[in-house]
Amino acid sequence: MQVIDLIDQKGRATVAESNVPAIELIGVNKSFGPVHANKDINLVVGKGSIHGIIGENGAGKSTLMSILYGFYNADSGTIKIDGKATTIPDSKSAISQGIGMVHQHFMLVDPFTVLENVILGAEGGALLKDGVANARRELQRLADEYDMTIDPDAAVGELPVGLQQRVEILKALYRGADILILDEPTGVLTPSEADHLFRILRVLRDQGKTVLLITHKLREIMDVTDTVSVMRRGEMVASRKTAETSMEELAELMVGRSVLLEVDKPEVEVGKPLLKVEGLNVRDDRGVLRVKDVSFEVRAGEVLGIAGVSGNGQSELLAALSGITRAESGTMELSGEKLDLAGVHNAAEMRHKGMSHVPEDRHRMGLVNQFSEYENSILGYHREPKYSKGMFLDRDAIRKEAKERIEKYDIRPPTTEMTAAKFSGGNQQKIVLAREIECDPDVLLIGQPTRGVDIGAIEYIHNRIMDMRAQGKAVLLVSVELDEIRSLSDRIIVMFDGNVVGERGPEATEQDLGLLMAGVNQEAAE
Amino acid sequence: MSKGQLPRWVDFGLLPALNLIAAFIVSGLVVVIIGEDPFEAVKWLVWGALGYGEGIGYTLYYATNFIFTGLAVAVAFHAGLFNIGGEGQAYVGGLGIALACLALDRFIPWWVTFPFAIAGGALFGAAWAFIPAYLQAKRGSHIVITTIMFNFIASALMVYLLSNILIPQGTMSPSSRNFEAGGQLPLLRNVFTSFDFGQSPVNLAFFLALAVCVVVWLLIWHTKLGYEIRSFGKNPDAAAYAGISPVRITIITMLISGALAGLMGINVVMGEQTRLLLDFAGGAGFVGIAVALMGRGHPIGIILAAMLFGLLYQGGAELAFEIPTISRDMIVVIQALVILFAGALEHMFRPAVVAFFDRFSSDTAEA
Amino acid sequence: MLDTIILVLDSTFRLSTPLLFACLAGLFSERSGIVDIGLEGKILGSAFAAAAAAYVFQSPWIGLLAGIFVSVLLALIHGYASITQRGNQVVSGVAINFLAAGLTVLLGQAWFSQGGRTPALDSASRFNNIELPFADALADFPVFGPIYANLISGHNILVYASFAAVPLVWWIVFRTRFGLRLRAVGENPSAADTAGLSVTLLRYRATIICGILCGFSGAYLSVAQGAGFIKDMSAGKGFIALAALIFAKWKPVNAMFTCLLFGFLDALAIRLQGQEIPGIGEVPVQVFQALPYVLTVVLLAGFIGRAIPPKASGIPYVKERT
Repeated sequence: MQVIDLIDQKGRATVAESNVPAIELIGVNKSFGPVHANKDINLVVGKGSIHGIIGENGAGKSTLMSILYGFYNADSGTIKIDGKATTIPDSKSAISQGIGMVHQHFMLVDPFTVLENVILGAEGGALLKDGVANARRELQRLADEYDMTIDPDAAVGELPVGLQQRVEILKALYRGADILILDEPTGVLTPSEADHLFRILRVLRDQGKTVLLITHKLREIMDVTDTVSVMRRGEMVASRKTAETSMEELAELMVGRSVLLEVDKPEVEVGKPLLKVEGLNVRDDRGVLRVKDVSFEVRAGEVLGIAGVSGNGQSELLAALSGITRAESGTMELSGEKLDLAGVHNAAEMRHKGMSHVPEDRHRMGLVNQFSEYENSILGYHREPKYSKGMFLDRDAIRKEAKERIEKYDIRPPTTEMTAAKFSGGNQQKIVLAREIECDPDVLLIGQPTRGVDIGAIEYIHNRIMDMRAQGKAVLLVSVELDEIRSLSDRIIVMFDGNVVGERGPEATEQDLGLLMAGVNQEAAE
Repeated sequence: MSKGQLPRWVDFGLLPALNLIAAFIVSGLVVVIIGEDPFEAVKWLVWGALGYGEGIGYTLYYATNFIFTGLAVAVAFHAGLFNIGGEGQAYVGGLGIALACLALDRFIPWWVTFPFAIAGGALFGAAWAFIPAYLQAKRGSHIVITTIMFNFIASALMVYLLSNILIPQGTMSPSSRNFEAGGQLPLLRNVFTSFDFGQSPVNLAFFLALAVCVVVWLLIWHTKLGYEIRSFGKNPDAAAYAGISPVRITIITMLISGALAGLMGINVVMGEQTRLLLDFAGGAGFVGIAVALMGRGHPIGIILAAMLFGLLYQGGAELAFEIPTISRDMIVVIQALVILFAGALEHMFRPAVVAFFDRFSSDTAEA
Repeated sequence: MLDTIILVLDSTFRLSTPLLFACLAGLFSERSGIVDIGLEGKILGSAFAAAAAAYVFQSPWIGLLAGIFVSVLLALIHGYASITQRGNQVVSGVAINFLAAGLTVLLGQAWFSQGGRTPALDSASRFNNIELPFADALADFPVFGPIYANLISGHNILVYASFAAVPLVWWIVFRTRFGLRLRAVGENPSAADTAGLSVTLLRYRATIICGILCGFSGAYLSVAQGAGFIKDMSAGKGFIALAALIFAKWKPVNAMFTCLLFGFLDALAIRLQGQEIPGIGEVPVQVFQALPYVLTVVLLAGFIGRAIPPKASGIPYVKERT
């Protein structure tokens, strides 16, 4: 079976090469303010092939595709469609050049029917009546041709996500798309829905369409693509024929061979469990189950790392543990006290019980950007007696302590009065870290501790985490940076699609972890 | 200074000033369209408001109203809530004040009635804000719409009460009876006899307004509750992260906001009119929106903005008297333009100013 | 008894008309995602402009056009603030209301010197009542006769126009390409944008239509129902229309029935003023005045069904960074 597949894919790749490429990007650049999201991107995609683009979150994949779909305009570079240089100033132009896109967050109007969604922007006349009958026929034809049955009169908002995605694909095909871009299409799908999607993509390819598949899941790349490109930190680092590469190689390319940061990790005696989570299930606000029956424990003097590509339930896990959101079910034992996480809790209560939390996204949660440094230094602890005089805040005490922390954590510039927004990423993170460490918690939840942080601060932050460990605290570390997880953790669990798919020691190889992060447990398979 | 950012004084000084100037320029054009000289108009306006003791007295009297309603809107703004119901809350608050005065004025001196009247106004104003607050916090109904509805319901309720319940027997005009001395706030013209306030109704409520400014300043910037209100308003996600309950903050903030609006009646009901009468709020609740926007939510800014609007209200009356073609409604137009430019078009000049400063800073960097 | 009922219903029609125009106006705006609490101001501005122009040109039609023109102008200010400048739509609406309240009286006083009123319009400058064919002849016919002659016949053309607008609006919103796109930008502007549509252009078109319909509403007040402009003559109708729009859950046919209900409450209040209702006693007129608002709040609270506005309403559209 596998052999036949290989030959088929190989053959197809050769055919593709002989033609003019469907898409060619030369030296494409795009910046958002100081963030260089795409650096000198070159890309060639053969006609009638499925091309995968793989990379971690924030690697710049979505930005690149948005440029191709006219949602953003590139700062510089050339785009060629079917060999001809062109510009794509807006989505309308992309559509007219035969490009269709299935966004990660569906661009559907929920109360509309399938048919209405499909014809929006391509109604075929000022009156709906004129176009609708045609559209219904055309939709039926497309559905038959590509094996995508759907009720044209169902309200889209009431369809399961798999069918909603089908509507998005039909929408693109209805507009006559020859190139179809799918941005993380399986993120919201069940495995069987994903399989069905891949069948559809193969049919599309066989009909001569070009498919661009953006994903961070290696398995999908291997399963369905003909060629693959890897992006890392805004750059295109490699292009391969899928048949000539392996998951291991792609995992390495994707994560990058950056030097392991040296972290002093002394022997620490591991004590009793301070945090014990059992049977945790969490739904997001759309009702999707994001954390599935997760159980683990973290002992005193131990760092438990949770690895995984972001979006696999880690954020929801942190939110539920820290009391921000309510879990569907599950219990947590915090320093010996048992809590029902399906009950009503709030973050203040959890702090009170000795758990502090460095959130994944400091701008969205960890800081109030418009507040000054010292005001941010008490966020979540503002009701502590040491910060108050009756109903008032004791600003002198707060400032005094903030100053001490600025000194201790070397926060720059050393001022308590500047608003948080004006500090650099690393210093912002230090403000949060100082707040959550200096309160002397038993358990520290810490998410993406070094995201958007300058190199200098990374080492400092890592050392503080190691200090916590040495002091006999329990640390739960969530990070998408494998290096970080490996160098800091005593044990590593990997989350994929809401499940814990495996546990490893810190000596686990990048490859092994990379495969786990893609949902492949080799150990279990053996 | 990195690109795209502006120094503080530009953000809090220059941009609001530009917005205000734009509003005044358009107002001037309106005067030109009417066929009058805008500079002449400004002269009468300023003279009418500040040129003599009685004018100053009236200016302060109007400003007092606007401080209360401006603070009400501003406090809600700090929690990210748009309380457009200040008018109704002030109106109903007046009822609380009137009830306190009607109950006590015959038995005790005004300074004993005063705290009860304050409590009555605050309580009734807060109560009127409670239902919209509860519906927003618990049931997700939009507070802008519900507070608008409550303005109209307040109006109907008060008309009914005034013309059927509170109206003294044998009179026709829908108002309560006049309060006796125990329900009257001293007028400043009787307190500070050395300054000639003329017949202006400015009264002790002015000092209450200033005191309330201090209280609000302390509340918002110095208490734990104020900290929570600001956190919730600036970043609801961070507030949730900090364990601050959105329901609690929404309701408490709206109660405070309603109470502040309710206090406005102290100035009019207990100070000027010494009775409760129809529609005494007279749009001050809405002026509060302009005052809060212009004052950028800070009590000092609100005092300044309230003074400006007090000046416009009093000066506008004088202007209408001197130049009859410019009726008092000119103030409403100016008010509208201030709300438009300082509020809805707040960022209109920002790109140009940013471009100017970027160019300026890159020039100096090169040099 | 029948006469009384007909009388009340007859005035229900007259009182519903301005609400209905404004409600349909708001429907276009809110369906496109622009919250409009400035309906009141646009009605007022139009009422003044219509009365002034009708007086000067001795023509109700020119009055209507002038009313529409001014109302559209105000709508464009709102559009500029909310669409182009991405300002706060509520603040902008408040500003529009004050602008109209101030300017109408100010200009009225400056131009006509009648305390902000416009001069009374003679019958040639107004929309007069139209007798439908055979109204007289059929009047004596039992039941149907009086209904036809006194209820259906004898309104001015704008009353008929407002009710004729209901199916038209329904058809535009639910049966045309424009309507589909309009509803799409109000629910999910990103979907419209990625489908190659201009969110900005669609929203501007919606606000302009909103202005036109508010223009009808205002002209009705001053040139059809009344005979000239009086200070603050819209008297909260824009807000009742807003309440009606919510009550109607942003649907045209519902809007008609809600406006009729609110108009009926108004008519009943006038009719019952100072009269005892058997078994209940005298109901204060204020109860009827407050009822539309109370009903709307109760609806908003979710006690009778759920009023869910278009999802994107009130939110300026900014392309999101992924």
